[in-house]
Amino acid sequence: MQLQVRNSPFSEEQVQLLNQLLGKLTGTQRVWLSGYLTAEIATDMSAIEQEPTHMLQEVQVTETKEVTVLYGTQTGNAQSLAENFTEQLLGNGLKVNAICMNEFKARDIKKLTHVLIIISTHGEGDPPDNAIEFCEFIHSKRAPKLNDLHYSVLALGDSSYEQFCLTGKQIDERLEALGATRIADRIDCDVDFDEDAESWFTSISSELKELTAITPKNVANTTSENKVTSLYSRTNPFEAEVLENINLNGRGSNKETRHIELSIEDANLKFEPGDSIGIYPENDPHLVEQLMMSFGWEKDKEMTIKDHAWTIENALKHYYEITRLTKPILEKIASTFQHEKLTTLLQEEHRNELMKYIENHDLLDLIEDFSLQHTSPHQLLPLLRKMPARLYSVASSYHANPDEVHLTVGVVRYHAGGRERNGVCSTQFSQRIESGDKVKMYVHKNDQFRLPADDQVPIIMIGPGTGIAPFRSFMEEREEMGAKGRSWLFFGDQHYSTDFLYQIEWQRWIKQGVLTKMDVAFSRDQEEKVYVQHKMWEEKAMFYQWLEEGAAIYVCGDEKSMAKDVHETILRIIQEEGNKSEEEATAYLKMMQQQKRYQRDVY
Amino acid sequence: MTLKNQKALETMTEKHSDVEEIKIQSNYLRGTLVESFADSLTASIPEEDNRLMKFHGSYMQDDRDLRLERQKQKLEPAYQFMIRVRAAGGVVTPEQYIAMDDIAHQYGNKTLRLTTRQAFQLYGIVKWDMKKTMQAINDTLLSTLAACGDVNRNVMCNPNPYQSDVHEEVYEWAMKISKHLEPQTNAYHEIWLDGEKVVDHQQTEEQEEPIYKDIYLPRKFKIGIAVPPSNDVDVYSQDIGFIAIIEEGKFIGFNIAVGGGMGMTHGDEHTYPQIGRIIGFCTPEKTVDVAEKLVTIQRDFGNRSIRKYARFKYTIDARGVDWLKETLHERLGYELSAPKDFHFDHNGDRYGWVKGSNGKWHMTIFIQNGRIKDTDQYLLMTGLREIAKVHTGDFRLTPNQNLIIGNVTEEKKEQIDRLLRIYNISRGENASAVRRNSIACVAFPTCGLAMAESERYLPSLIDKIEILLEEAGLEEQEMTIRMSGCPNGCSRAALAEIGFIGKAPGKYNLHLGGSFNGDRLSVIYKENIGEEEILATLQPIINHYAKEKLANEYFGDFVVREGYVPAVYNGLQFHENR
Repeated sequence: MQLQVRNSPFSEEQVQLLNQLLGKLTGTQRVWLSGYLTAEIATDMSAIEQEPTHMLQEVQVTETKEVTVLYGTQTGNAQSLAENFTEQLLGNGLKVNAICMNEFKARDIKKLTHVLIIISTHGEGDPPDNAIEFCEFIHSKRAPKLNDLHYSVLALGDSSYEQFCLTGKQIDERLEALGATRIADRIDCDVDFDEDAESWFTSISSELKELTAITPKNVANTTSENKVTSLYSRTNPFEAEVLENINLNGRGSNKETRHIELSIEDANLKFEPGDSIGIYPENDPHLVEQLMMSFGWEKDKEMTIKDHAWTIENALKHYYEITRLTKPILEKIASTFQHEKLTTLLQEEHRNELMKYIENHDLLDLIEDFSLQHTSPHQLLPLLRKMPARLYSVASSYHANPDEVHLTVGVVRYHAGGRERNGVCSTQFSQRIESGDKVKMYVHKNDQFRLPADDQVPIIMIGPGTGIAPFRSFMEEREEMGAKGRSWLFFGDQHYSTDFLYQIEWQRWIKQGVLTKMDVAFSRDQEEKVYVQHKMWEEKAMFYQWLEEGAAIYVCGDEKSMAKDVHETILRIIQEEGNKSEEEATAYLKMMQQQKRYQRDVY
Repeated sequence: MTLKNQKALETMTEKHSDVEEIKIQSNYLRGTLVESFADSLTASIPEEDNRLMKFHGSYMQDDRDLRLERQKQKLEPAYQFMIRVRAAGGVVTPEQYIAMDDIAHQYGNKTLRLTTRQAFQLYGIVKWDMKKTMQAINDTLLSTLAACGDVNRNVMCNPNPYQSDVHEEVYEWAMKISKHLEPQTNAYHEIWLDGEKVVDHQQTEEQEEPIYKDIYLPRKFKIGIAVPPSNDVDVYSQDIGFIAIIEEGKFIGFNIAVGGGMGMTHGDEHTYPQIGRIIGFCTPEKTVDVAEKLVTIQRDFGNRSIRKYARFKYTIDARGVDWLKETLHERLGYELSAPKDFHFDHNGDRYGWVKGSNGKWHMTIFIQNGRIKDTDQYLLMTGLREIAKVHTGDFRLTPNQNLIIGNVTEEKKEQIDRLLRIYNISRGENASAVRRNSIACVAFPTCGLAMAESERYLPSLIDKIEILLEEAGLEEQEMTIRMSGCPNGCSRAALAEIGFIGKAPGKYNLHLGGSFNGDRLSVIYKENIGEEEILATLQPIINHYAKEKLANEYFGDFVVREGYVPAVYNGLQFHENR
């Protein structure tokens, strides 16, 4: 017996070793080994019930087509979809393996025949961190011809950004250009991706079924139904009571950052440091009222959304997103109402104007600017996006506090188009939620931001502003677990006296030795702006020494400026302290990334 | 009558207090201040360093109004530093005054506080600005060293604008005493002024700190010089009070009063405010020597076990004034001569223009509670700054927290007068007689010791007392009212005709019976009362006073004569008859 599959999770070296061994095994030995391994796995994952005999049968299924689900994920959505689809496809009798792009040797794509790509897009059309290398390879001259490849792309994104699903689109086009064949058309999913993702999967799985020769009769059923999990999920959120809602910024601060404690008692929700909590917010009732007045709609009038009756008011408050416009929405409105002015704005030559409009305006502006007052809710509302959940990194440890989850929410307020604009969820926490109120929430897994499995590994945490949240969770967890490894935190904000988030907790952790070292940068306490990257640079010798000693770096917070500057600073430190060229430093950091020693949760 | 307080003596053999340990371990006031100021995770410094910080002229404080709120916000208290700037006799140049104003604006809370010991206090300086602030202060040739701590503090001196030539001479002695008793450690220069570190470990204790040694004093030590007939420095409240004796217009030397002090501890009758006792007279050239020997007596005999019994007054009261004289004469190698006659009229300030004997003009302006700041209605700080820009003489901080624009030439007088009018700066003419003679300490929100409000509250209480006085027809009657937020007595309330000493938020001990010239203690008349009861208590006494006061009889003398309170001239009797 030889291991011949090309999408196995093993390195080439491991494959060689395995094949050396497998070739010498007798039939009985193989059966015994498979049973043994399965039992081991079953102990590890007690949630999955599986009998060893199933594995015996599965081993016989060697001629199935291999399907590889390649994902690139930043917040974990692509990963959870990939894992979910993989499980279902396994149930369909296919040989399926889900691999994160940074664990996959991009060159090996030419050995594959069926690939499903699930990938998100961030910021200005950037791929997720763990997909950068894959994307670079695919788009490079070195990318091989892929005439044997069948594929389809599921792109995740947010249509309020100009470069909606760009990474997915680019991969889709590039694979086609390289000669690959689409199994099904790409789908671009917006923030409420469930339904679109499901329909894409349905068409994919029926296409794939035709490609497979084997019926699923012998294969163990490992669908999620058998997992012991909470009743609550993204599509069925838990109503958590708010236990505490405090402004962490002292008097005189320019900022408002809420510390939220939610009760998850009896919800059977588990989370790990690095995970996020999704919150379904409620639109500002004042804005809803203004909208209804503007339209002249009656608030108690009912409408049907997905077979459920909603009053207009409730639909505007709870169901639809009314604070953000997207190009697809404008397109739908333009075509539904045959709107000339809007159609003009959507023309390619007005692209910049359109983007500017989208950035600074909401539904209320749209009504007024494009005289949409006379439209009916039944016509207009279905064109809107469903209210997406807002994700906030957990700021507490499940092990330290299993009945609660804490969040650190930066309140978003700004002035645009002559009106005060408020972040929907954050201002709801700031102004309308008190202790005792309830919010709809779910746990959003993020395996891309995890403490090292070995708690001896030193960690460097860089989290200015609300980027501090996961590190509070890290510290609580490590304190609770008695972790031995060293830890180093970089924090920054505007002013020392008002914006040192969770100050007394860090002081305690430092004193107790749970946190080894902390450096802070307060940008506006002196003439010249000082940021976390400046502090890193000041400590560059020690920083590099920690890396050499195996430290893992975690970065959380603002993507546009902070994460970029921090990234460059890390590279510069590696270059200077490690006496390396730019290329060597990049390779060094890439290697860290592959070893999961450089993880980011940026937004 | 030989009254004694044995408590200070009895407890001397107990284990020395933590503060003593900190001083000895500090390597002449260095401690770990450099390291603590480099810690960027907290705006505070550890308690041990804060103890030492006082010797450097600063206290760590926090905005107590925000303490609970910030705790809930998971923020440490709003730590900040108060810096006390020493100027012997409270005399500064216009340039130095402007520098204080600059520093308050650049690093502080944009206010200046004139203290009851003729010092400047700057508030709200954060840890990260401390070094820059200290340097800026020293750049103006002022210092903060020994403005607080267990050493001799700012030497007070009457800023007497009437007898300007005598003042000049007496002031010289204030400077000499101040200089002589300054700590000699190089720590201050090293830490704040980037002075070179003294690496010579061979240096002996005598060289490093010849008077204080490595133990410094058991407690703070205060020296003040009065020039009769003004007792504005409250010479009887000083550890050493020098009373200038002037015969035929000539300054001939000092009477020496020892063992005065205001502080006490609520509920401990072994503590009490005390009045200095006059032990003799010395000629000017012996002044510094007498001061030094008295300081060393306190260094060697003061109680180092229990700080509340450590002031010089207890050292003396435990052993008797005769013991002190004997010991002093021994150390001096000669005896003091008998005290000379003198007479004090008052301990308050006289406002407005006065022409000194040197032909220059002096303007005393009224600064409520010593706080110099700008408000929407009153641009006092800006006004004084404008005056300082054109002024060629000096500024003198008075012990009543007022300011004298001193040594104004005839030519400048008009210009300064115009500025005073433009900024509507008060010469006390708009303030009632009680308000002009009032003192409040700082208390909330910055003082860590405060038990009750003082600076923020006294003005409004005076509003109400003014009504009582008006109703009694006494609005022109001068009267000293002083309030302290705690019994440490920074405002010297135990010498006021009406004194308030804070016990808890909104609650005060009401003291009565001090004299208008500051030679008699006020004693507790009612304990722990709020505003309503304060007014209800004072009203009938004020009415009684209005009706039956003798000609020129002050309120404090009246309440003693009428038996509301006993006349107490010695702190050992402070707790009697209660």
